[in-house]
Amino acid sequence: MFSTRNFNRSKPVLFILILFPSLLWAYQFVTGNLGVNPIEKLMDELGLMALRLIIITLMITTLSNIRPLKSIVVLRRMIGLFAFYYVCLHFSTYIVLDHFLDMQFIIQDIIKRPFITFGFISFLFLIPLASTSTNNMIKRLGFKLWKKIHYLIYPVAILASMHFYVLVRADKTEPVIYMGIIILLLLHRIFKRLTRPQLVQ
Amino acid sequence: MKILGSEITPYKTYLNRRKFIKGSLASAMLATVTSSAFANHDSDLSIYTKNLNENDKLNSYEEITTYNNFYEFGTHKKHPHLNSGNFKPRPWTIKIDGLVKKPQTFDLEKILSNVTIEDRVYRLRCVEAWSMVIPWQGFQLSELIKMAEPLSSAKYVQFVTVFRPEEMPGQQKRTIIWPYREGLRMDEAMNPLTILATGLYGHEMPNQNGAPIRLVVPWKYGFKSIKSIVEIRFLDTQPETSWETLAPWEYGFYANVNPNVNHPRWSQGTERRIGEFKRRETLMFNGYEEQVAHLYKDLDLTKFY
Repeated sequence: MFSTRNFNRSKPVLFILILFPSLLWAYQFVTGNLGVNPIEKLMDELGLMALRLIIITLMITTLSNIRPLKSIVVLRRMIGLFAFYYVCLHFSTYIVLDHFLDMQFIIQDIIKRPFITFGFISFLFLIPLASTSTNNMIKRLGFKLWKKIHYLIYPVAILASMHFYVLVRADKTEPVIYMGIIILLLLHRIFKRLTRPQLVQ
Repeated sequence: MKILGSEITPYKTYLNRRKFIKGSLASAMLATVTSSAFANHDSDLSIYTKNLNENDKLNSYEEITTYNNFYEFGTHKKHPHLNSGNFKPRPWTIKIDGLVKKPQTFDLEKILSNVTIEDRVYRLRCVEAWSMVIPWQGFQLSELIKMAEPLSSAKYVQFVTVFRPEEMPGQQKRTIIWPYREGLRMDEAMNPLTILATGLYGHEMPNQNGAPIRLVVPWKYGFKSIKSIVEIRFLDTQPETSWETLAPWEYGFYANVNPNVNHPRWSQGTERRIGEFKRRETLMFNGYEEQVAHLYKDLDLTKFY
């Protein structure tokens, strides 16, 4: 049985581990060690990292159903916020480095290209999640409402994986694996809900 | 249009230069196996740079050979460079068939001894909205077509890439339908800009760039410039091409570089020149409008993209 304390203790290490790639890529970008097309590379790495972290937050919820891992849920907020951090970096790379703040072009791009539309909506949905992540906000909103808001993570995950799926030109294996994991996790939640013992009645 | 200008190198001189470069490259490799080994692959760059347009700069050998779309070696840009080591580009033959006087198989060496190898510095624009400037060595496709003696009924030319899954690990997976196929209309194939390239930066075509012989059609998106060609077929109907078969709503048969016709995935209005920070405007027909626009004067380019 892992206690809440065990998981809380692992937080500083996890924090550094998850933060580290962004620092490394920033360093490699600045020193010109990110390959031949560094802006593309940076954007791809940041986006992939964000998607993986989103999937990990979904996994944490599922894992917390297993008795000995019940307390793992204390890690979810940090990882969720890191997902938001990587999405923000991904999006600002697109806006600033890729398109040099050419807002007219960017707006057209978001409207016209389905894969960018998916990614953008996914990003928008993440904003309420990140901004209601504090204990104080949970108290102010009430747990029920807060939980409802946080169901947004499902469209976020689906849209983010579609964003990746449509982007890939030919070999869709990797995005399909991510979509598969997301679908399995969602099915598990639906199954759990349907078989939940009824308390009242 | 300076970029069209080409330096004619007799095949013998070309071979000698190639030998010299191979020698110096090998010794450099012994010293250190890093990208710097390629830094002095050719002592005299002026052969190429004098053919450049004002706004263009040659991409480095390293850029051209480590960032490739060649799905036969894997779908990632670095895969062709990493996975093409076992590919054997010699000996090589090209089968000529379809609507020709006499179907036959040419030995590559025989073809090369009958053509003039030239330097051609061309812009390459990928459909993914990045571009490079590459100094190719090759000969006009029209020269090979003359050797092939097509019938007057031949209206199209189809090209087929080699299929060797044991040497090309990407072919072990069905990402696209192998072998890769491409095609041109006869007048596009005969255009003096269209070349079969056998080298770049003065040495033999690297495996990851389509050894030993590939097409270069500089006014079309890069995927039209099919690599490692083993068969050329002359047809009276428009041939199927790999990307068009896979996603016809995204890739057309013509695939002319056109900033005004958008692609669902990439805006084609701008591009990132590899090595540059800011995007630049994409030019109509990749800047070769003067040489090729007449080929399409009766064609609705938004329909035939």
